[in-house]
Amino acid sequence: MATDASVVKDERIKAESFVARLMKRPELGAIGGVILVTVFFMITADSAMFTLSGIMNFMTPAAQLGILGIAAAMLMIGGEFDLSIGSMVAFAGMIFGVLTVNAGLPLIAAIPLTLAFAASIGAANGMIVIRTGLPSFIVTLASLFILRGVSLVGLKLFTDGSTQLRGVRDAVEGDFLTPVFSGEAFGFVFRALAEMGLVDTFKSGLPKVPGIPVEIIWFILIALLATYVLLRTSAGNWIFATGGDSNAAQNSGVPVRRVKISLFMVTAMAAALVAIITVIDAGSTDARRGFMKEFEAIITAVIGGCLLTGGYGSAIGAFFGAIIFGMVTIGLTYTDFDQDWFQVFLGGMLLIAVVFNNVIRKRVTGER
Amino acid sequence: MTDPIIHMENIKKHFGNVIALNGVTFDVTPGECHCLLGDNGAGKSTFIKTMSGVHKPTAGSINFEGKPLSFNSPRDAMEAGIATVFQDLAMIPLMSVTRNFFMGREPTKGRGVLKRFDLDTANEICVEEMRKMGINLRGPDQAVGTLSGGERQTVAIARAVYFGAKVLILDEPTSALGVRQTSNVLSTIARVREQGVGVVFISHNVRHAMAVGDRFTVLNRGQTLGTAVKGKITASELQDMMAGGQELAQLEGSLGGTV
Ligand SMILES: Nc1ncnc2c1ncn2[C@@H]1O[C@H](COP(=O)(O)OP(=O)(O)O)[C@@H](O)[C@H]1O
Ligand SMILES: [Mg+2]
Repeated sequence: MATDASVVKDERIKAESFVARLMKRPELGAIGGVILVTVFFMITADSAMFTLSGIMNFMTPAAQLGILGIAAAMLMIGGEFDLSIGSMVAFAGMIFGVLTVNAGLPLIAAIPLTLAFAASIGAANGMIVIRTGLPSFIVTLASLFILRGVSLVGLKLFTDGSTQLRGVRDAVEGDFLTPVFSGEAFGFVFRALAEMGLVDTFKSGLPKVPGIPVEIIWFILIALLATYVLLRTSAGNWIFATGGDSNAAQNSGVPVRRVKISLFMVTAMAAALVAIITVIDAGSTDARRGFMKEFEAIITAVIGGCLLTGGYGSAIGAFFGAIIFGMVTIGLTYTDFDQDWFQVFLGGMLLIAVVFNNVIRKRVTGER
Repeated sequence: MTDPIIHMENIKKHFGNVIALNGVTFDVTPGECHCLLGDNGAGKSTFIKTMSGVHKPTAGSINFEGKPLSFNSPRDAMEAGIATVFQDLAMIPLMSVTRNFFMGREPTKGRGVLKRFDLDTANEICVEEMRKMGINLRGPDQAVGTLSGGERQTVAIARAVYFGAKVLILDEPTSALGVRQTSNVLSTIARVREQGVGVVFISHNVRHAMAVGDRFTVLNRGQTLGTAVKGKITASELQDMMAGGQELAQLEGSLGGTV
């Protein structure tokens, strides 16, 4: 039995410093990246970038990508990829457009139906991966083309030959759910701040930034929820276990199949949410919606500290990864640099992130 | 003699055209340690995997507490009260000791949507259980990957002991352990057995088996060679059976009786 003597610290273990503990967090790299990129643009970019409206400017695309990136990160922690996220945005956009415009359904019906459509395709992806035992990379590469093609054909079918479906804005106008998925939130706060003279205003006295774009609110809420699920619930433990070693997880009683299928469904629904928000915002949908977003989402997850091999990563990391992405995309327009440096920047970031993650992994496992 | 907790009758398991098990009969009663012995490839691991729900037997029947039962997943077997230390340990190196310890069986607090993983309780239990096994963790959030092979094995054993309500299966648990940890494990087996748990102990080491075993079953090429009761068989007889008799006797002769 344990005696007090056995509680005494093992003399062979050095006390771990705060820095050493910090060095083991998966999101460390992404936070460092945000600081670096901020400093870079502080020096090179027009000061307008870090005004309130400048921040909203880069946070909006960051949020749209981040919602996908966080879902991709969870799936990646669970040991799988989904290359069909981008096509799913187009597909869900089409479904949503058809439900609201052609079928004239209110949002309270159209949104759950769109999410359900997406989730069922996500489940199909998961089921095929599990049944065949093929890498999800290849299975969802097939879905990437299938969904993109179906969106194209479907749009032509429902619009008599056009690949763009218009009229979404009119269709959702006045719906009580519209403010939850489009426009700005907390407008009253910004108007109050404007009255007090705390934010920039137009001549009319209205604030230049009318509120926080709703996607940013969704982005923050989803990041918090995902972090809670990953770190504080049984399901989170199952996700890490499944991605770490699915065989060991299965033998320890983790319902590995259920975990993977659920993750594919969540990823697809995240794509559908982004589709709903951006389609209402644009007022129309087209077959190119979400193009290349699958790669950007995966890059976001990797910059956020996810290992490509699964079992390690964080939603907060993906949150910061998306912010880096948004800052770089939009930030270059505030500088004198040619905007096409963007892709170079991105490739460089990805490379650094992968190398860095590998080092962190070795620290965590104390690999010998 | 008491009724067995689990009785496996004429279990067969084929992997494609490989016949891993060809009719194995085996049972465990409460409070006994039944040793399963056999050479590499004899089918020991495959057999206990049919007992812990990993493999479905190709043929044969399983009786659990007198009722026929078939496990669809390791989870089913666990819920019935069977815990296993697999030969590969089933540990995730990137996850902390606590998260590994409770993987698939997390303690929770709160209800409904607020039901969450009770990490504080989990950490406490984990540190305490590890201390009982003679290991002081740096911290319950230490990654399993940073543990030595022996420490890892000890975590796996502590986990199974903690969850093994009725049957505890240990597949070569002492292979990576030093002298002190081995005797720790053997005394743990004795302790668990006294609490009325049925222990299935797989080992290569006849001395370890003789130290704690009540019954000994020898497997060879997927078949049972027989079961012996403690006191009715000597270590060298067991050794001979494991190696298929003759060859070892010859080998032993040439090695001057040192094996
Ligand atoms: N999943 C599997 N697929 C094919 N053959 C297997 C599988 N698992 C075990 N075997 C075969 O079954 C036999 C018994 O293996 P095993 O049970 O691991 O032996 P032991 O644990 O006694 O050393 C071996 O010949 C092995 O190759
Ligand atoms: Mg074995």
